[in-house]
Amino acid sequence: MNSLNYASLFQLTLPETILEVFSLLILLVDLGFLRKSAQSTRMTAACVLGVIGSLAAAICLVCCPQFTSNTAALVSSPIVVAAQIGILLLTALVLLLSFKARFSRNPGEFVTVVLLATTGMLLVTAARDLLLIFIALELLSLSLYILTAFSKSSAQSAEAALKYCLFGGMSAALMLFGFTYLYGLTGSTNLAEIAASLATQGVTPLLIVALVMVAAGLGFKVAAVPFHLWAPDTYQGAPAPVTALIASGSKVASFAVLVAVTTAVVPAAASSQASSQGASWTVLLLTMAAASILLGNLAALVQTSVRRLLAYSAIAHAGYMLLGIAANTPQSGTAVLYYALTYALTTIGAFGVIAIVERTTGSDNLDAFAGLSRRNPLLAGTMLVFLLSLAGIPPLVGFWAKFNLFAAVLRAPSTTVWGLGFVAAALAASAVSLYYYLQVLKRIYVLKPTNEEPLEVSPLELATLVLITAAVVALGLFPAALASWIPLG
Amino acid sequence: MMPVLTILTAIPAVAGAAALLAGNRAAIARGIALVAAISTLLLSAWVWCSLGSSGAMSFVERADWVPGLGIEYHLGVDGLGALMLLLSAIVTLMAIAASRPNSKIASQQPGLYFALILLLQSGLFGTFTALNFFHWFLFWELSLIPAFFLIKLWGAEGRGPAATQFFVYTMVGSVALLLAFLALFIATGSFDFQVLAQMAADGSLTPAIQSHLGPISLWLALGVLLGFAVKVPLMPFHTWLPATYSKAPTPVTMLLTGAMSKMGVYGLLRLALPLFGHELAQVRTPLLILATLTVVAGAWAAAVQKDLKRIFAYSSINHLGYCLLAIFAIALPTGSDTAVQLSQTAALDGVILQMFNHGLTAAAIFWFLSMLESRSGGNLAIDNFGGLRKPAPIFCGLMGIALFSSLGLPGLNGFVSEFLIFRGVWPLAWLPATVSVLGLLITAAVILTVIQRVFSGPLPEKWKTFPDLTSGEILVMAPVLLLMLILGLVPQLVLGTVNPTVMHLLAGWRY
Amino acid sequence: MLAYTIYLSFAGALALAFWPKALAKSARVFALLVALAGLGFALAGFIAAAGQGSVALADLAWVPALGIHYTLAADGISRVLVLLTGLAAVAGILFSWYIGDKPGDRANEFFAFFLALIGGVYGVFLSVDLFLLFVFYEIAIVPKYFLIAIWGSTRREYGAMKLALYSFAGSAMVLIGLLAAYAAAGSHTMNLQTLAQYPFPISFQMWAFPLVFTGFAILAGMWPFHTWAPTGHVAAPTAASMLLAGVVMKLGAYGCLRVAMTLFPHGLDPWGWSFLGIDSWRMVFALFAVIGIVYGAAVALVQNDFKFVIGYSSVSHMGLVLLGLLTLTQIGIDGAVLQMFSHGVLAGLLFATVGRIVYERTHTRDLGLLSKLQLGKAMPFAAWLFVIAGMASMGLPGFSGFVAEVQVLIGAWRAFPWFAGVAGVGIVVGIAYTWRAMQRAFFSDTPAVDASGAAIPIPVYEPVTWAEKAGVFLLAGTSLLIGLYPRLLLDQIVPAVQALPHAILTGGH
Repeated sequence: MNSLNYASLFQLTLPETILEVFSLLILLVDLGFLRKSAQSTRMTAACVLGVIGSLAAAICLVCCPQFTSNTAALVSSPIVVAAQIGILLLTALVLLLSFKARFSRNPGEFVTVVLLATTGMLLVTAARDLLLIFIALELLSLSLYILTAFSKSSAQSAEAALKYCLFGGMSAALMLFGFTYLYGLTGSTNLAEIAASLATQGVTPLLIVALVMVAAGLGFKVAAVPFHLWAPDTYQGAPAPVTALIASGSKVASFAVLVAVTTAVVPAAASSQASSQGASWTVLLLTMAAASILLGNLAALVQTSVRRLLAYSAIAHAGYMLLGIAANTPQSGTAVLYYALTYALTTIGAFGVIAIVERTTGSDNLDAFAGLSRRNPLLAGTMLVFLLSLAGIPPLVGFWAKFNLFAAVLRAPSTTVWGLGFVAAALAASAVSLYYYLQVLKRIYVLKPTNEEPLEVSPLELATLVLITAAVVALGLFPAALASWIPLG
Repeated sequence: MMPVLTILTAIPAVAGAAALLAGNRAAIARGIALVAAISTLLLSAWVWCSLGSSGAMSFVERADWVPGLGIEYHLGVDGLGALMLLLSAIVTLMAIAASRPNSKIASQQPGLYFALILLLQSGLFGTFTALNFFHWFLFWELSLIPAFFLIKLWGAEGRGPAATQFFVYTMVGSVALLLAFLALFIATGSFDFQVLAQMAADGSLTPAIQSHLGPISLWLALGVLLGFAVKVPLMPFHTWLPATYSKAPTPVTMLLTGAMSKMGVYGLLRLALPLFGHELAQVRTPLLILATLTVVAGAWAAAVQKDLKRIFAYSSINHLGYCLLAIFAIALPTGSDTAVQLSQTAALDGVILQMFNHGLTAAAIFWFLSMLESRSGGNLAIDNFGGLRKPAPIFCGLMGIALFSSLGLPGLNGFVSEFLIFRGVWPLAWLPATVSVLGLLITAAVILTVIQRVFSGPLPEKWKTFPDLTSGEILVMAPVLLLMLILGLVPQLVLGTVNPTVMHLLAGWRY
Repeated sequence: MLAYTIYLSFAGALALAFWPKALAKSARVFALLVALAGLGFALAGFIAAAGQGSVALADLAWVPALGIHYTLAADGISRVLVLLTGLAAVAGILFSWYIGDKPGDRANEFFAFFLALIGGVYGVFLSVDLFLLFVFYEIAIVPKYFLIAIWGSTRREYGAMKLALYSFAGSAMVLIGLLAAYAAAGSHTMNLQTLAQYPFPISFQMWAFPLVFTGFAILAGMWPFHTWAPTGHVAAPTAASMLLAGVVMKLGAYGCLRVAMTLFPHGLDPWGWSFLGIDSWRMVFALFAVIGIVYGAAVALVQNDFKFVIGYSSVSHMGLVLLGLLTLTQIGIDGAVLQMFSHGVLAGLLFATVGRIVYERTHTRDLGLLSKLQLGKAMPFAAWLFVIAGMASMGLPGFSGFVAEVQVLIGAWRAFPWFAGVAGVGIVVGIAYTWRAMQRAFFSDTPAVDASGAAIPIPVYEPVTWAEKAGVFLLAGTSLLIGLYPRLLLDQIVPAVQALPHAILTGGH
């Protein structure tokens, strides 16, 4: 392992440090100065600080990025930094949409834990050491378990948290188990060294067991079938901002680490041993991908809760991204990241709308959305853009992400055998997916509202949603705008 | 040079639009129609008079239209075409004159009614002047649509099925024509009648078809024949006719029998014979049998009818049967046999003259029937009448002239053309000619029966006050009857111009 | 100049999306102005480009890393179809003039979706970059769903959803083929002209061609993937039916020619074996096209819903377009493109007559009920309009349909003589169903008497509005003009077809 002195480590983890400082600051402000203040003031203050913290960390990353070699335990490369900036911005957006959230009487703690989770995400994205990956993932997961349960008065929230926690704990255990096998086989916890070591040895049953275990752990984080069972309940039960966080930043981080692990266990060298190892991991990924695409899309067809619908759609999207990971080229890795980030952005927007609708109608059922376009045309318009982007309709960003991802998959040299078939299946499935997105849009635009009153939205929320919409549209119209940040193609 | 033929075709179309705008003002609509009809009559008479004596196409107009498709705007008339123009103009004028503004017919949507009649006339003119399949077919169809609606909207009880039957039959014929000409275009790359006829005369048409499409030229010939045979009609494709003629409003029947049925004969002369003479010669015998059947059975069917309109409907089939007989009879290899050529010339002269005569006579008879109809309140059963010559001597006298012309009485126009036809057909096909004489006899019997049952015999009480023709009506009919008489006495007036055309046509035909 | 049609439509759609509620009544005026301006640009571009080949309109790097450019160009085929789109847009708005009369009509949304659809259609016809083409293609599909689902009638949600899913299934197929071609050719370019030069292996073309062709042909209403068309047409509001049949189905046919056949011409080659005389994808699709022609016509013959008659007739007429394309002859493809234009105009006219002028006044489309209403007398304008539109649609000479059908038939006769015969039968059946519908709806013989035998007076309906008349004259006049002088379009179509890749023009003998 490369040795890092503490000064450079501190420099490298400056964004994380900023987040920590802000989370403490929030606790201080909330519990210290604002104890007697109104609930809404406390929430506002906490969120404002949280947003400032995330943005500060992001600015720090943008202005003075520290790049290290790829062999360190904690790496920093342009692409990692890009993912981290993305995660921070996503967190800021989630917090912007949380101002009006009323599920908790402890706003300070809520925002603090959100920032902690974000710290975990940043670390997961940068970690290239098994131990660090595990620790960072656990930081992230534990924060999310807590956040899921944050609506203390809601039984659903508690149930969701429990399920999430149980499944998460089990998968963490499995992953740890897999990590130890990997360590045993290669004598290292550093991904780069593991890759170098694996390149010289053949496939053993032990390796396969190890890979399956790791796949289970990471598959859980990205909610890929068959490790997806927590997702629908958690998406439904958790407070809306938390669901948005789980569906966005957490996904980005998990996919980032999955890309890193894949690069490690599928060596680039084209030796026969290497390719057979690669094959076993690729088969695992492809199995998960196919199952996710199929089950996610089919199950989403029959949902009546919009949150569950989006949960299953998230499973399907995870399936698409797994294809990109299985292709395992630098381009496909970048494409997955681009997909994950834009998907996350869109999903936050969608959950923002869901939160608003839920707050006024008390339900996230499809019927709660009936006639939204007449109650608040602008809000309906943003949801239209989000859902169409998720369905992959041009010229929205979701389409570009899909196109870029699938093109990268087809272009990869390793995919000549399966690429076309899987891409075809994915595209066919995404045509099916249009059905359930249209089910929501039908309610919004076609059906008559049960309640004709205009639906009030706070200016901040609306502005945030419009901002996200603008981003989704602008990135769709000018997909090369981010090219210096996350290269396309 | 003035595009005379285009103007001639355009006048009724424009006048039709004007009549449509007249809406419910019957007198104005009819006035517009009359003006248009008279001016077209004058113009077509002028065209007829200024035809050259070469028998070739005159008044030719050509313009590129869609070169890639062989579509060209190509007009021209020879003696045949010009005679048909004249006939169409006369018959249309008679039909408009017979549609009096106070009658039931013209009182419902009169603007539309006269517009359709004028559109029909435009279609007739276009058909008789076109020399390129594209716009020929356009006008061919254009004449069909107004005819359908005239029957459908203003016809007698039971008009719906009659109109549909008429439309379906003629449409089937049109589609057969269209397919055949498409095949010709694929084989030759041309839609031009003269180009195609020239190829047929060279003997290069059949090989061209053979090489592009296989041995189907006989089928194409039959397709073209079908298209025209329905229109004339040739038995057994005639079944639409009696219902249509009897259900159509009488002025429309005048147009149908006087002018539209000539489109079929014209097509046979202009297209079927020049392009497919060789193929028709192959099936000459069955065709002659059918033509003979048309002559005899048409006459016989007329004999058993009870309704005057139906009687003359079948009689029309019989009269045009002679034309068909002659056309099929002359479809045989000539060689240099001058006797045969002479017979062919006589027969063809007869055919063209017969077309004109029958148009004139049939239109006149139906005009009289329309008078009878309006006076009798719509009932035209033959049993309904009797002894009319006492209350209406002028009516019976004038109608008698038309009937005798139809019968073929020497001195009237009908005789000359039928004589010429038999003179030509006899040497070429003596057996059909002989059998067809039977048709002449039956027709004579039918017409005499009509004269006897309607004009003489006991006068029923209700017809005691049967009004005679008014002076206006006499004025309308007098020129027509006069024309019959003149043509009967001086057929040279028409034959003088027709004969060069016939020679020209025959010179180009090769079998 | 032609490119402005796209920008103008989208700008108009955007403006209408944020149209103030208080001004809802003016939305249609604004939309009409936008559409008229679009038609003006289309016409000006059409005239300005007379005698020229393909005219480049724009070429900007869009996503340089992926080799995707914003490239627009228009050859004669594109220009003709852009002109059609302009006409259909103006006519569609004229026949939607009633939207906005009532406050609950959501007029601004309707016209926003409408213009967005139009913008997408313009875009497809002008795109040279395949990626761009696909983007516009999908943009054109989405608004259709809302137009039908919100403002439609009979089973609108079902019809809209079916249409959307069929369209997207088709576009997924197209995308697979495009992605595969893009990756196979080295991922540097999506430019159609450049990709068409790339020698894709025959085996690749053999699967990519049918995939992409079918994907597009779904939208063109090819049998057996046509079932969305009648239900969609029937469910749609008049303007949407007009656009659907008028231009959206043309997108499919255009894609078949411009993308599938151009990129993968060897997909049309014989397989080397034959089954029942079917020896290539070309024969398979030609067979589908012919079946569509006859089947569509035969089904239209027995429909009782007036709009279904027109809906199935669209299937039949689009079969002719596909047949024309597959003849691979100059004349057949000329005819197919002309038929696209002609059918676009005539389908619009028929839907406008049936769906708007008649239905809006009688509130029924059942031929049995209509036959008792004496519409020939009660609504002479509609009756004669339908007569004219019907005659044009059945391919009577003098109207645009005839020249197009004749060319398709000639091409087909050279390429597939038997299919040409069957298609001819389909055209005859076409005459029959049009005639039947006309007779039953407008000129029925059913005596107008009530149960007791007393004559029913001729019903009185609202007069035909100026907007309806304007739309009618626009469309009928166009059909007549093109029928009488087809060179107006053919002069641009023919050179454009000649300039198509040589491999496409190998049919016939």
